[in-house]
Amino acid sequence: MPVIHANGQPLWRQRTPRAVLLAWLGWFAVVALLALSWQFISERTIWIFVTDAPRQGADLLSRMVPPDWAYTGTLWRPLWDTLNIATLGTLLALVVATPLAFLAARNTTPAIPGLRAVALLVIVSSRSINSLIWALLLVMILGPGVLAGIIAIALRSIGFIGKLLYEAIEESDAKPVEAIVATGASPAQMRLYAIVPQIMPAFAGISVYRWDINIREATILGLVGAGGIGLELMASVNVLAWGRVSMIFLLILATVLASEWVSARVRAAVT
Amino acid sequence: MSLGLLRIEGLSKRYGKDALALDDVSFSLDAGEVIALIGPSGAGKSTLIRCINRLVEPTAGRIWLGDTELTSLDRRSLRQARRRIGMIFQEFALVERLSVMENLLSGRLGYVGFWRAALRRFPQADIERAFDLLDQVELGAMVDRRADALSGGQRQRVGIARALMQTPDLLLVDEPTASLDPRTSRQIMRLITRLCGERGLPAIINIHDVPLARRYCQRVIGLRSGRIVYDGPATALDDAVLTEIYGAEDWDTGTAQAEASDDDVAVTEA
Amino acid sequence: MSVRVWHRPPMIADPRLRWGLSLAVLVYLFLAVGSLEVNWQRVAEGLERGAAFAAALFTPDFSSRGADILEGFLESLAMTFVSTTIGLLLAVPVAVGAARNLSPLPVYLICRGFIAISRSFQEIIIAILFVAMLGFGPLAGVATLAFASIGFIAKLLAEDIEAMDPKPLEAIRATGGSATQTLHWGVMPVVLPRLVGVSMYRLDINFRESAIIGIVGAGGIGATLNTAFDRYEYDTAAAILLLIIAIVLLSEYVSGFIRGRLR
Repeated sequence: MPVIHANGQPLWRQRTPRAVLLAWLGWFAVVALLALSWQFISERTIWIFVTDAPRQGADLLSRMVPPDWAYTGTLWRPLWDTLNIATLGTLLALVVATPLAFLAARNTTPAIPGLRAVALLVIVSSRSINSLIWALLLVMILGPGVLAGIIAIALRSIGFIGKLLYEAIEESDAKPVEAIVATGASPAQMRLYAIVPQIMPAFAGISVYRWDINIREATILGLVGAGGIGLELMASVNVLAWGRVSMIFLLILATVLASEWVSARVRAAVT
Repeated sequence: MSLGLLRIEGLSKRYGKDALALDDVSFSLDAGEVIALIGPSGAGKSTLIRCINRLVEPTAGRIWLGDTELTSLDRRSLRQARRRIGMIFQEFALVERLSVMENLLSGRLGYVGFWRAALRRFPQADIERAFDLLDQVELGAMVDRRADALSGGQRQRVGIARALMQTPDLLLVDEPTASLDPRTSRQIMRLITRLCGERGLPAIINIHDVPLARRYCQRVIGLRSGRIVYDGPATALDDAVLTEIYGAEDWDTGTAQAEASDDDVAVTEA
Repeated sequence: MSVRVWHRPPMIADPRLRWGLSLAVLVYLFLAVGSLEVNWQRVAEGLERGAAFAAALFTPDFSSRGADILEGFLESLAMTFVSTTIGLLLAVPVAVGAARNLSPLPVYLICRGFIAISRSFQEIIIAILFVAMLGFGPLAGVATLAFASIGFIAKLLAEDIEAMDPKPLEAIRATGGSATQTLHWGVMPVVLPRLVGVSMYRLDINFRESAIIGIVGAGGIGATLNTAFDRYEYDTAAAILLLIIAIVLLSEYVSGFIRGRLR
């Protein structure tokens, strides 16, 4: 916060004039961008529908309450599928992501030029694409069903788990590594004895954390045909059976809360 | 010149474009000889020790262990040579989340395959040896205790036992007492020198505590700015030599007190 | 002397619990894998399509549906900006309400409840409801993303406010500052840098989400992508996916840069 000398008088200002000008320009740009964006959206909106929204909302709510309790019976199987998509998908991702993380970590990547870059590229691509998009792709390739869901979850999780795991490997203490190397151990044995024990808590924590996220994601994969409770959701929405929809919402909420609880318990236990 | 067990000739090390960390260092070590390597921080003590088992690659010079020229080995032969060189570290460098026994067995990794190591199926002889060594460092009751549950002195004794698990021909010891209190430091130094004496095992002990060096080692090498400035008996280590190594200082204070110590402190501790 | 044996102590000491858990895991895996209904013939057919798509990744087609792609991305970006701004503006009062050290209990509970609901449901589920209320189009998407952003930003912000050092607040109250003055001089300077960081992060998330909520009709590039897949236009789909990855990476880099500068 500068003090400006003008007419022999020290003047205190929060910023210099140049900074003030830049700040104003910045704000102007943001506001202009927002106005443009809003105009763009507004042009593509049918405002008649929007003015009708409160009535539509109230109507929707009245149809959703009470939930269709009897519908629960047909939901157990999709729920079981959802659980399997999340769990098997996470396991599959762990199998792929663990070696990948060792290739991507600076301190464990083998001295083969370009290998680390490839591993990082795989991690980045996997992370950038939402599991729902992976599911779209896989449903097209493999056909609708649970298998597409499992692989979609796995493809998205590989990048997530791989990134967190390789960061954990890079943060591991170098002293035991040096000590194990000094005994004449092979590079593979060094990783096994000096690195693996150090990253075990992180590994367990990351796995359960991702499993928890995957439960949430698995509930919606059905929207594009990749199995699980989302299939029922899409079917109910398509026939405007809002009582069923709210029932599915309740079940999803309960499942998500339960998996969050399990994940929090396990993570508290391993750290 | 006697052909010692370990011979170092013209060893130099330069990190990047910095000044030389080691500058034309030569000396040799006979069987059963335990020497102290002293010098101020940054004199190159750690670098020297790590050049011997090539945790740090030397820039120039040659090192022989017996008939093996360590400096010319390929990766595979280097691993085999490293099995013959035990190393003890300043901050113990144990694998904290493994048990005491697993830390000891890690000293045998150079002799077993990947899967045996992964499944912890070591040869019975290794297990026997580990139990014997645990008794010798008085940690017999701690077999399955995790390393991070031990005190500093106990951890360093695990570190010593791990190095001896290798049945080494040479022991490299890097500041074994720097992380320990004075009493434990003396116990550890006594233990190391005693175990070396029993085995006729030569050792280079890198240490900044001059009184300890003088007390437990017969021969001392003084290093300053990467050069050897003193190599001789510990008894000849007088104020003039210390000033040569460390620069001017009043060397009387503190040493007298340390000399007047009891040798009967038990190795065991709380 | 007898032979001294050593085995690694098992992770779970109680053998019954150990074997029980192992058995339970095995049974679960058996049942889970057993209940997979895979149409292997369809999968085999699909491999060809998969190969075609993989090949398309190297020959992306940006031009034949260029107008649709441009429209979709502009819509996604517009939705991202507007929804993040609305979310940010509304999140601040909700965050203050959800901070126990600033708000009375009833307000606190209402705000916390709102945050919990907003965070429990995936964006796409919320999008279904907003599409039903507001009709198809980007406005439903903006409402969805804004709703999700409020919960996200407010939760992180409320935690920051609660973790604040209470002494400066007391000092401002002691000088006779009003409640708004307390917020302006005591709370804002502390949470503002964090607020900018969280908003950048959320901007990133909102863009990624804007790429999928189009699947249920809430506007953005997701609708274009869905159409491309439905028509088996691999080259166009590949182009869209590559653009999404590029924009996500770019925004991650920029937001990382800005957050780094703020620290």
